[in-house]
Amino acid sequence: MLEHTVKSYEEELKLLDSKIAQMGGFAERQLAESFDALERRDPQLAARVIKSDARIDALEREIQEQVITIIARRQPIAVDLRQIMAVLNISGDLERIGDLAKNVAKRALVIAPEAHPKPIITGLNHMVELASYQLKDVLDAFATRNADRAVDVWHSDSKLDNLYNSIFRELLTYMMEDPRNIGLSTHLLFGAKNIERVGDHSTNIAETIYFLVKGENLSDDRPKADRTSSTLIKSENVENT
Amino acid sequence: MVRELGTMQQLDSGTVDMMTSIKTKAADENLEAKIEARGISVFYGEKQALFDVNVDIPRNSVMAFIGPSGCGKSTFLRCINRMNDTIPIARIEGNISIDGQDINDRELDVIELRARVGMVFQKPNPFPKSIFENVAYGPRIHGLSTSKSNLDEIVESSLQRAGLWEEVKDRLNESGTSLSGGQQQRLCIARAIATSPDVILMDEPCSALDPIATARVEELIDELKQSLTIIIVTHSMQQAARVSQRTAFFHLGTLVEENETRTIFTNPADQRTQDYITGRFG
Repeated sequence: MLEHTVKSYEEELKLLDSKIAQMGGFAERQLAESFDALERRDPQLAARVIKSDARIDALEREIQEQVITIIARRQPIAVDLRQIMAVLNISGDLERIGDLAKNVAKRALVIAPEAHPKPIITGLNHMVELASYQLKDVLDAFATRNADRAVDVWHSDSKLDNLYNSIFRELLTYMMEDPRNIGLSTHLLFGAKNIERVGDHSTNIAETIYFLVKGENLSDDRPKADRTSSTLIKSENVENT
Repeated sequence: MVRELGTMQQLDSGTVDMMTSIKTKAADENLEAKIEARGISVFYGEKQALFDVNVDIPRNSVMAFIGPSGCGKSTFLRCINRMNDTIPIARIEGNISIDGQDINDRELDVIELRARVGMVFQKPNPFPKSIFENVAYGPRIHGLSTSKSNLDEIVESSLQRAGLWEEVKDRLNESGTSLSGGQQQRLCIARAIATSPDVILMDEPCSALDPIATARVEELIDELKQSLTIIIVTHSMQQAARVSQRTAFFHLGTLVEENETRTIFTNPADQRTQDYITGRFG
């Protein structure tokens, strides 16, 4: 694409892109470290992750302020307008991802003294790997304005949902085996849900990128595979699986 | 709080439905083209200024022509009331019809055509006569008034429609040139509408006006489109986006893209349109 005749405008738009890259990088790191803190039962790391969330929040505010200034001063239209709206939406999703990572870290802090069930941690590890991979991919799709790659991320979210479904069932079994596990399991369950939500935000970002590149919306009938909110699992069902 | 949100959402979807139905109705009413241009090419001597322009301009709406200087937008505008006839070396090919009537028909009186298709120029150009005479001139020479009192009525209603009446009603005998720039432009619009045209062509009508005078003219354009078809040439993207329902982008003598204004300014189909409107022209 040609550059703007007014170079300062071009630079302002590029700066927004680089702020998203920066914010995305932070969000990726926060997600990875929040799980590390949980897996290694490391309260110091968990505390650091909780504290670092403020940096993502600050970046979101910076982006919002810049967007408002550009709208007021430049009256962006067409692809520039779509970029501005995309950046605003994506920064909101990244900020939420930051919050979710912070929430995982908070739970990691609380349950650090407890022994964690190994199979659950392995499952969570898979989820985090997949969620991180999606996030990285969708950020690359934004940087390269690649709608096809964004659509791939959009479709891949069902894998994360499926992983979450199986962890959900495993944790229920674990709770039913011994009610003393319920406290720990609930924290792990919310942790898993948080990671699953990270995938949903990556999916939102993918939709935003599609709109940015194509100027039209992806159809909203994404295959949702997280069935936990529409399922009632009873003890006899769990024992049968 | 949850309940309040629910109510707001219901209200929202209701409003959206209402807006959709209004939009559909408006679209149906405007479906019919007021002006149809087919295969318009314009030559100034050897030089071709416009290449095979085809466009339909819907009635009771505003269409904006945008494009860089020398792209042919004003040339095309001047075809619509045959202003190019006044340039001896100009030659026009193709066909333009208004309400299905060919405007180049030999039977058609060009003076009458220009009474039906009014024009407002970039620089306000009132006659060096009184405010009253500026507006009365057109109806008088076209024999549109039946009596002195009828002429008074036409002048008053034209000035009222142009939003100028309250400002000038006590000074109708003062010279038109004594008014401010914005008032002069509204006087020119009053003069253009005094002959009851059904089309008004505006060639950068606000480029010499301050933002307040510009807003007044834009408000006027909005009101006039209830009964008129308006075509506006503008160099201001924001103005095109604000006032028009459809926008046509001209470049190097060709009509590159014509579509609903909201589409042109959010998701134009042609790369050249995108580059121009976003300020990326090399």
